[in-house]
Parts: sequence; structure tokens; C-alpha cells
Amino acid sequence: MHAAVDPLLVLVLLLNFQLLGTSRLRSVIFSSAAQGVLLGVMALLVHAEVTAASVLVMVSTAVVKGLFIPGMLLRAMRDNAIRREVEPRIGYLPSLVLGAAGTGAALLFAGTLPLAAEHAGSLLVPASLATVLAGFLVLVTRRKAITQVVGYLVLENGIFIMGLTLLEAMPLLVEMGVLLDLFVGIFVMGIIINHITREFSSMDTARLSALKD
Amino acid sequence: MTGLSLAVGLLGLSGLAAVFLNGSPRLATGVAALGAVAACAAGLWPAVSVLTGGPPLAMKWVSAGAFGDFELGVDPLSAFFLVPLLGLGGVTAAYGREYLLAYQGRKWLGPPALFFNLLVASMVVVLTARTAVLFLIAWEVMSLSAYLLVSFDDELPEVRRAGWVFLICAHLGLACLTALFLLLDQHAHGLSFSAFLSAPPMGAGLSAGLFALAVVGFGVKAGFVPVHVWLPEAHAAAPSHVSALMSGVLIKLGLYGLLRTLTFLPRADWWGPTLIVVGLSGALFGITLALYQRDLKRVLAYSSIENVGLVTVGLGIAFWGASRNLPAVAALGALGALLHLWNHVLMKGLLFLAAGSGVHGAGTRDLERLGGLVKRMPHTAAALLVGSVAIAGLPPLNGFVSEWLLYRGLIGGGSAFGGAGGVLSLLSVGVVSGVGGLTALCFMRASGVALLGQARSDAAAQAHESSAWMTGPMWLLAALAGAAALFPGRLAAALAGTIGQLFGATVRASATAELSGLTRLGEVGFWLWVALGAAWVALAWLVRAPAPEVGTWDCGYAAPTSRMQYTARSFSQLFEDLLPSALRARAVLRAPRSYFPPAGSYATQCDDPLTRGLYLPFIASWADRFARLRWLQQGHLHMYLLYILVVVVLALAWVGWTGGVPP
Repeated sequence: MHAAVDPLLVLVLLLNFQLLGTSRLRSVIFSSAAQGVLLGVMALLVHAEVTAASVLVMVSTAVVKGLFIPGMLLRAMRDNAIRREVEPRIGYLPSLVLGAAGTGAALLFAGTLPLAAEHAGSLLVPASLATVLAGFLVLVTRRKAITQVVGYLVLENGIFIMGLTLLEAMPLLVEMGVLLDLFVGIFVMGIIINHITREFSSMDTARLSALKD
Repeated sequence: MTGLSLAVGLLGLSGLAAVFLNGSPRLATGVAALGAVAACAAGLWPAVSVLTGGPPLAMKWVSAGAFGDFELGVDPLSAFFLVPLLGLGGVTAAYGREYLLAYQGRKWLGPPALFFNLLVASMVVVLTARTAVLFLIAWEVMSLSAYLLVSFDDELPEVRRAGWVFLICAHLGLACLTALFLLLDQHAHGLSFSAFLSAPPMGAGLSAGLFALAVVGFGVKAGFVPVHVWLPEAHAAAPSHVSALMSGVLIKLGLYGLLRTLTFLPRADWWGPTLIVVGLSGALFGITLALYQRDLKRVLAYSSIENVGLVTVGLGIAFWGASRNLPAVAALGALGALLHLWNHVLMKGLLFLAAGSGVHGAGTRDLERLGGLVKRMPHTAAALLVGSVAIAGLPPLNGFVSEWLLYRGLIGGGSAFGGAGGVLSLLSVGVVSGVGGLTALCFMRASGVALLGQARSDAAAQAHESSAWMTGPMWLLAALAGAAALFPGRLAAALAGTIGQLFGATVRASATAELSGLTRLGEVGFWLWVALGAAWVALAWLVRAPAPEVGTWDCGYAAPTSRMQYTARSFSQLFEDLLPSALRARAVLRAPRSYFPPAGSYATQCDDPLTRGLYLPFIASWADRFARLRWLQQGHLHMYLLYILVVVVLALAWVGWTGGVPP
């Protein structure tokens, strides 16, 4: 494994904190985009030899996660004229503390797992768990539909990092399938965001509780 | 296997075609029924060949990844159930088309045709599946398509309720079956039936647990008491050809599943007595409730519970005899059980088709509104009578043969088992003969009230005979019931393979030794037919002139109506008064209590005493408790995600706390 992977993972973790601690949607979207690009680079670095498959995964990951989806989200932001996440369920400082606690717990937990020798010392598994938790935290605490989409994206990033440990074992097709799945998911969510805005003249997902049985 | 694959394919395709041809109901139902009849004919051939001593069939269908290969096969046990399924499936498909066409213009007929074909196809797959996963999938498709058929008349609230009860019961049973197969998988390290068979011997505790799971899980389908509650409701609600197929075959698949599971388990001594007790309680309970039902189809449904009970008693004798090493007793029990199962397919199929024809012609299933049908619907009346005689176990029809074997098995067990077992076996003779008497009474009441006397409603007075498409299948089944009584030896010869597979070679040899006696019984039956025929001819010759129609003595009351006859309830009341009050029909009396005459009413409700007294109160009390957890469902997506987050974090923490995942 390339020596640069662990520093990149530290960057990913820092971006998690950036996500959790900011109220500005623009910087939330940019952090998730930066995470996507970092993941693409890592997909290339994790394994010693560079194959056509890994290049394809890298390029498509970086393009979809770093360019397409953030672009769509920025557009949705502009169209709906919102800039900030207001009144999160849990404040920014508590979310940061929770995120830090989650990262610590992930590090502790990864130590108990029976990992393959080449992954045992690296940050891959703890960073993956911490990112999943951070994504979950965003999903649970934020109200705006756009931030929810970002939370989903970050959650998927965490799963992708876990997938990096298996890149050689996992066929390219599966990898591309996951990416397509994500893309379609975000696409559908984008449509839903528009509909929510039109129906409730707000993007606050809490209003959806009016739809409960 | 080609014939059966062809059958499944044909059923699916013709069913789909029916949906696409939905716009023209005659064509749609015709295509589906033709496909079903052709499919049943194609599938019957391989099943019969396996049953008559041909080699068992097997094929691999597809690979299903982690679930292993989906294998199909036909051995004598499968073939034993496939033959009645395909036979009755074809007959009811032909009948069902005509039956459904009465709804032309009011309902879409494509979907029910598809569901019927799907039901038959899924039952074929249930019987041929050799992998637990495929078995469960087919089992579920079977339950769902049966549910969709039961809810055909879904504008009626009681039909919706029946479908709902059926769906709930089917899934509670499925939960037991899933647990059963998961435990078997854990023990055998594989999900295929061959893995279960070649697994290392299992402990007595695990084996007993699996036996109990199988009896409950499959018993829900088979209609073992007390998990039978869906059966009367669903059979009454479903279209009659579906009731016939469900009562004839679907509930028997519960017995198939039970028998199939028992082949995986090491045989225990206590299976026999357990099955006998389960069967006797089912038989007694079923016939008791059948006796006072108002709804003709509910009478038949409760009688199915009784007959499944009798079959289970026979299986109990067979398992008991086999484990005590008494092959002669076991052979009698096995022959009685398996023959009775086949006979019941014929007679209950016949009875449901006849009842359906009555419903079709007279527009009601309520015995208190029927009456006098023998004059207006002679074919239906004859079919109902033949079925009633057969199911009451009277010679010279087929019900007699199998019940006779059952009695001989019980009496043989009584003398051979000795001790408490012998006493239980001999006491069972009393219970079974009591059940037989009550069956005769029950069907005398049902057919007598429906067929004789004056019509009790305008609809019954204007009843018309069904077309040949509906009477033809009834006559076919009646002829088969007669043939089964004349040639029980040949029929029993086909059971040898199944008996050998279930109970071993020695029991099989004893069963083969019984064949000549059965053939003689058939000959006696033949001479009985001749005597009956001669008596009938003589009677017809003696009573040449038609009976004149005169009024009966009316106690001086000059304006009697047709409602002033003996009712079905008055017939059963003497028996009903003997029952413990919990088992009786509930009387709802609203007596007038004021000085001036107001309205009052008196009604009886024949709902199931277990549903009324046990299940509904139990469910209601738990529903109240669970209602206190309603606040958890807030309608906020965030909260639901939070629940998931909390569970994931707790699970990770627990795994970390307990020392990590083993490598």
C-alpha cells in the first residue's frame, strides 16, 4: 500500500469534521466533493500496480462524486435560494463532539477486528467506520433536504473506503454498479427535493411528517 | 421431469395470456382453463410413472448463488401428492371457467384465472422442490395466490376478513417453517434436501424441537386443531372451484411438508401417539363444528379438518407400528391414511363442486335459505348425495375402504401394542367410530336440508341446473369415487413406493400383502352395487306412477309458508345441546323489554369457538400493550435514521466489548 494513503485518510476525517461543524451549505457540498476526489485518488494508490480497472474506478469516482453530484447540489441550492442550514436538531458544536467521539470509537473498534495483515496497521477501516458514522449523524441532525443528500453521500463514501480494502477481490462491474446506484439515488433525491419545495414551499424534511399515517 | 417443467411453463404462460386478454372474458378464461387442463395432463404422466414403480426423476434448474443449486425432483412421496393435485387441478380448472363466467361484466376475470394457474404451478413446485429455499419461495407463492383467490369477492366485508385471516395464519406458519429449515441448515450445513438426509445423526432435543415446529408450521396449512382457524373462513369465502382445490390439495400439502420433514429426522417412539392425539382432536373438533354450521361451504370446510384428522390418525398408527417393529399394523395405518387422503381429494372435490353448483344456481350458501334443490338441480343433487355417502364412510363408496383400513389398523394396534399404548389405540377406535357416526349425521343434515323439502327462499325456488361444463366435472369425480371403491387393490398397489419411502421396506412388504384382501373388498363392493342397482330397478318398477302432490296436515293452520319446515338448526339442535357451552353456536337474543311491543331479534352465530374465545381476546390484549409503543412512530425521517444509528452503534459496541469478531 502506498505511504500516502494514511495522510489522505486523515484529510478525509478532517473533512468529516468540516461537514459536521459548518452551517454554510456551500462549504458542506464542497467538503463532500473534496472527499469524493480524495477517494478516487486513493483507489489508485491502495494497490501497488496501476491497472486499467483501477484507473477507470478512480476517474469515474472522482468525476461522479467530485463533479456531477456536487454540481447538481449547487444548482439545487441556487434554484431554491438557500445558503444555510438553519436550526439543526443538534447544534454544530455538539455534532462536532459526537463526531469526534464516533471517530475515537471507530478507532477502538477497528482494533478488535481480525483484519488481513496488510490492512491491520492502516487507517482504512477506522476511517471508513468514522465516515459512515459522520454521514449518519448528518442524516439524523440536519433538516434541509440538500444536507440530507450530502449525509447520504458521506455515508456512501464511508462504505467506499471499506470497499478499498477489497478492490482487487471486488470485480470492476460491482464497483461501477455501486456508483451508478448512487448516481441514480441522488438523481431521484434531486427530483424529490424539487417536489418537496413545490408542495411545502420549503425544503425542511420535518414537514414530511404530515404524510405519516 | 420434462412433463412437469412443461406443465409449470404452460400454467404460467396461459395465466399471463389470460391477463392480456382481460378485455374479452370468455377468451381469457378459456385460454387459462385450456392451458391448465393441458398442463395437468402433461404433468400427470411423469407423476404416474414414478408412482407405478418408475425411477425417481431429478433435475437441476438454476444456480442460486449462496442458496445452492435449485434442484427439482420427483420421488414416490412427491408423486403421491402430485397425482391428486394435477387431477383435481385440471377438473377444477374446467369447472372454474364456467363458474367465473357468471361474474362476467361485473369483475375482471383475467387475474383470477392467472392466480388459479399460479396456485397450481406453485403447488407443483412445492412438491418437486429439493431445496429448502425454493420450497419456501414456492410455498409463499402458493399462499399468496390462494389469498388473492380467496379475496375474489372483495366487496363483501366477510370475504376481506377471511382473506386477511388466511394471510396472517399463512405467515405465522411460514415463520415456523423458516425457523425449521434454518435449524436444519445449521445442523446439516446445507439447504438441499439431500444434505438434510445425509446429515450426521441429530440429538433427541433438536429432533423433538424440529418435529414440533413442523407440526405447527405445516399444521397451519393442514388444518390441525387449534391452528385451523383460517380454514372455514377461507373455504367459505373462496370461489367454489378454489375451495375444492384448497380443500382437496392445498391443505394436504401441509401433510406433505410434515411427512417430508419427518423423513429428515430420526424416528422417535412418541411420534405415533402424538400424531394420533393431534388427529383425533382434529377429527372430533372438526365434525362437531361441521354439524351445526349454517353455511354449506363451512360444513364442508370443517369436515375437511375432520378428514385431515383421520389421515393424521392413520399416519400416527403407521409411525407407531414402524417404531415398535410391527409392520402389519404400520402397513394398515399407512394404507388407510394414504388411501383416505386420495379418497378425500375425490369426495371433498366433488362436494365442493356440488356446493358451488348449488350456490351458482340458488344464489346462497345458507342452509336455512336452500331446500328442494333435488327437483330443480337433479345433477347437482345427485353429486351432493354421492359425495355425502362417500364422506360418511358408507359402503359401497370409497370412503368406506380407507376408514375400514383405519379401523383395522387401530384394532390391530390395540392388540399388538399392549399396555397403555394398546388402550389408547382401542379408545381411538371408539373416537373414530363416533366421528364416523357424526359425519353421517352431519351430511344427512346438510344434504337433506339443502335438497329435500320446499325451497326456503325465492332464490332457491328459482334455482336452475348448471351447465354441462359444471356438472361434467362433478360426474367425473363421482365416477372416480365409485371406481376407487371398486378397485381399491389397484389403487393401493400404487402406494407401495410411498409407503416404502416413509416407513421402510418391511412395512412396504406387509402393505403389499394386504392388497389381495383389498381387491376382495372391491369385489364385495361390486356385488353391493349390483344389488343396489337391482333394488333401484325393482323400486322404479313398483313405483311407476308419479307421487301425487297433496298438502300435509297443517294442524289446522291454513296458511303455512315454506319457512315452516324443520330447519337445519332444528336438526342439529339435539346434538348441539349435548356440547359444552364453549363449543356451541352463540345465540344473540335481543328480547323486547318495554311495556308496548317493540322490535326484538334472535340470531345464532356459528363462528369458530377458538377464534372467538382464544385468539381474538389474546390478540386484543397484546395490541393494547403494543399501542403504548406508538410514540416511537413519529413520522420524522430523522428519528427513524436515529433508531438505525443507535442500533448500529450499540451492535458495534457490543461486538467490540465482547472481544471482537472471531477470525
